[in-house]
Amino acid sequence: MSADFWDTFAAMLASPLMQRALIIAVLVGTTAPVIGTYLVQRKLALVGDGIGHVALVGVAMGWLVGAAAGSTSVDAWAVPGAIGASITGALMIEYVRGKGKSSADVALALLFYGGIAGGVLIIGLAGGTSANLTGYLFGSISTVDQLDVWLTGGLSVLILGVGLGLRPALFALCHDEEFARASGLPARSLNILVAVTAALTVAISMRVVGVLLVSALMIVPVAVAQLIATSFRHTMALAMGIGGTVCVIGLSITYFHPLSPGATITMTSIALYAALAVLRPVIRPLHRHAKPHWHRSEKTHV
Amino acid sequence: MNSQTKAAPAVLLEDLSVDLGAGAILSGINLQVAGGETVALLGANGSGKTTLVKALMGLVPLSSGSAALYGSDVSARSTVPWSRIGYVPQRVNSSPSMSATAEEVVMSGLLSGRHLRPGPGSRDRARNALAEVGLAERADESVHLFSGGQQQRVLIARALIRQPGLLIVDEPLSGIDRASKAALAASLQRLRGAGTTIVVVLHELAELGSMIERAVVLDQGKVLQDGPLHGFAAGMHK
Repeated sequence: MSADFWDTFAAMLASPLMQRALIIAVLVGTTAPVIGTYLVQRKLALVGDGIGHVALVGVAMGWLVGAAAGSTSVDAWAVPGAIGASITGALMIEYVRGKGKSSADVALALLFYGGIAGGVLIIGLAGGTSANLTGYLFGSISTVDQLDVWLTGGLSVLILGVGLGLRPALFALCHDEEFARASGLPARSLNILVAVTAALTVAISMRVVGVLLVSALMIVPVAVAQLIATSFRHTMALAMGIGGTVCVIGLSITYFHPLSPGATITMTSIALYAALAVLRPVIRPLHRHAKPHWHRSEKTHV
Repeated sequence: MNSQTKAAPAVLLEDLSVDLGAGAILSGINLQVAGGETVALLGANGSGKTTLVKALMGLVPLSSGSAALYGSDVSARSTVPWSRIGYVPQRVNSSPSMSATAEEVVMSGLLSGRHLRPGPGSRDRARNALAEVGLAERADESVHLFSGGQQQRVLIARALIRQPGLLIVDEPLSGIDRASKAALAASLQRLRGAGTTIVVVLHELAELGSMIERAVVLDQGKVLQDGPLHGFAAGMHK
């Protein structure tokens, strides 16, 4: 590689802005797949998207509060607003899911659309325009400050504490919720904990990839890991490593080329998935595609 | 273990009814299973066997009556001695793409009530439980690569790892090969010999016929007959 490349690379590492961005990228990249692993195993891969949409309302409400309070930086209330809205949205999604009604998908769709529309409307009331939401829609990791680093670090510790500390119980819940309930495990509390932790993950990932791609950071590394790993534990560990790596690579690419960090990180992880999917028969000939044997053909008798 | 738990029957259902919105699925069920008994719940499709099992595990709401395990009402979840109860569902609805080894699935059987982590020695216990169902050598493999019968044996191992005093098994024989049926029957026979109380839902007796002491026959959500298996067979011939 040319000397120019290494000079630019050294300049990137020396830049305080890039240092903060890389720290956040590593934190979010390794944290998001932890909760993503549980969501994927429960066939709730798109829940992160739903929470992301609702988070936008929180961003806009944060703006509204900031504007009303005469805050010098109306952005200051955006992330706390997103955290509050994400948690509320996640609990609503969990409530609808728990009800198990056939109309649940319609209710969730209403929540998603309401999130985007509400965000745009409220930002208008706060005196802003939808352009002000762009940084939250597509990420704005290049604008993070020291407070963002500490906030992301604190929330990451919390998310990892739940995701790794309660892994056996959350695995039991994700693998077979009926068995978990029949074992007297606090399934309802654990479900709520997963929902709240997913909401916090969305809130911290928002600055990196934006609410429209937040789910990608939670889900794609897990999808990649599932191509290789056979155990739940290895899937999670591998997904964390992949998430952190693609975030750093994707972010670094944007230092060399004027590209969107969120989109670059997402496309990097999807490219990795595609490459591994193609190479999988070569690198893991014995790991065949999972067949749905688990579902026996007989009808459930009542 | 308190004195109430020791003295109480393993299962006690009193005037139990379940209505899940489309009419009564179970009505007026009375059933008592003493410690060490092996009881088969028999009946045609739709007779309410699986719902009865779910009701006694507290998985469906009761419209009236009560269900108790070892003297503890299942609706008061925190007082039930879950670690003494093994449950083997009819099937698992986990995602086919979910990465989970047999060992991980079996280890999840060590969690119950407020025990949210499996504790020391759990891997050895999981491997021992898998050995009991003849799958020790496949502990590290993904369960989704197993046949239906092998997966059922993993679920049995998940229940056995607790060394339960009461084992409740829902339709263990449906959709599995003959070798797995024989292996399952041998596992259940060993448990019966060790004094475990067994309640098993069956569509037909098949390989388990020789170990069943008592049959409870359900028909349209009600107990049609309850008694020794040979008496039931004689009654059916009349």
